[in-house]
Amino acid sequence: MAQSLDRLKESPSQTAGPYVHIGLTPNFCGIGGVYASDLGSTMLNGETKGDRIELRIRVLDGTGTPLKDALIEIWQADANGLYNSPAEMRGAADPNFQGWGRQPTDMETGVCRFQTIKPGRVPFRDGRLMAPHITLWIVARGINIGLHTRLYFADEEKANAEDPILARIEHRLRVPTLIAERQGDSYVFDVHLQGEKETVFFDS
Amino acid sequence: MAEPGSNRAPETGAFFQRDRQWHPPAFTPNYKSSVLRSPQKALLSFDNTLSERTGPVFGHAMLGELDNDLIHNFARPGESAIGERIIVHGRVLDERGKGVPGVLLEFWQANAGGRYRHKKDGYLAPLDPNFGGCGRTITGEDGGYAFRTVRPGPYPWPNGPNDWRPAHIHFSVFGHGFAQRLITQMYFEGDPLIWRCPIVGGISNKEAIEALIAALDMQSTIPMDAIAYRFDIVLRGRRSTLFENRPEGN
Repeated sequence: MAQSLDRLKESPSQTAGPYVHIGLTPNFCGIGGVYASDLGSTMLNGETKGDRIELRIRVLDGTGTPLKDALIEIWQADANGLYNSPAEMRGAADPNFQGWGRQPTDMETGVCRFQTIKPGRVPFRDGRLMAPHITLWIVARGINIGLHTRLYFADEEKANAEDPILARIEHRLRVPTLIAERQGDSYVFDVHLQGEKETVFFDS
Repeated sequence: MAEPGSNRAPETGAFFQRDRQWHPPAFTPNYKSSVLRSPQKALLSFDNTLSERTGPVFGHAMLGELDNDLIHNFARPGESAIGERIIVHGRVLDERGKGVPGVLLEFWQANAGGRYRHKKDGYLAPLDPNFGGCGRTITGEDGGYAFRTVRPGPYPWPNGPNDWRPAHIHFSVFGHGFAQRLITQMYFEGDPLIWRCPIVGGISNKEAIEALIAALDMQSTIPMDAIAYRFDIVLRGRRSTLFENRPEGN
């Protein structure tokens, strides 16, 4: 026997279930009067710096049917590539942008919309710049552990080509699963849980 | 940037890798909803970048007075929710055993009859007009938290022909880094339905299941008022940055 490392184990994940809205977006599902507004529902104010964009995200199951009971959280840097976080040591992020948002998928269409800004570039560990990206975390009934992935932007071709995370994807035909297409001021992104177009999910 | 008013140096290291054998896998066919919603290809593994090490801060100022009191936060003035009154309390720790302050905990549950206030729930048990089913709090300096609610009822659900969920409270846990993000469920000591549940059964390790079962805590009960359960939650730990201060090439 060696000495004990004396570490605890992370609490195991369990599905968010079909009623995740009650806990995380109660106003959205008709439980009013408990919280003034749903946390993370508004990411911008008039002073937020950066280019306004809309994200339109759907999550599709193995038959191609959009999930209507999923919940998505996003986390991103500000327009200068700084995170509004105590672990950000490079400088102060835009005080008018928290960088975190939370939205349920629409119960009729399955579309999830975020009004946010285009993030700046953030360095990888070796100092190279990653392409602008938004981190996604997806939970729903039937998802046993939250799914982590990223949304990159189709109009950042050069930055995407040198992104160190995208570069790690062995099967190059899967890279486009992480790239949102531009439609006007919106970026459209389909997350495929299964099938030929299955999105690249992360373990990080 | 350090939190205003805090004398703690912020931690910036990468998080310990997740033990995917300890968590339920994506595909657990006895839980039928997972069949078409489980990714099948290998996950892309990489050490945390800044995008995973960082995360937003939630301050105590955002909390309302009744946010941690589900017995009253949806009830009409002077009334309260029906059911067995309980206190749920514990600590949020990381894998190094350190209490984690400033963690946003959000919880939701069925009422004492096992019915959710949600248009998708058609169970015949009645709604309680004084019970909404959601609450939240933020952990203190030592990672401690507490809230008051009623014990949720077990309920049948359409999976197998006769599946019942054990009584449970859903927890959303928001630590310091986005990589720590976690949703889980708390079960109650002694509930025989725990070991028959296809969702719980997605976890293969018995010890891991037991880590989600809150213990009856008679020492923390309030006599003639509320019984107590203790539920500790563990988030991913952070590596020290002692050897990581300089990016390569600098």
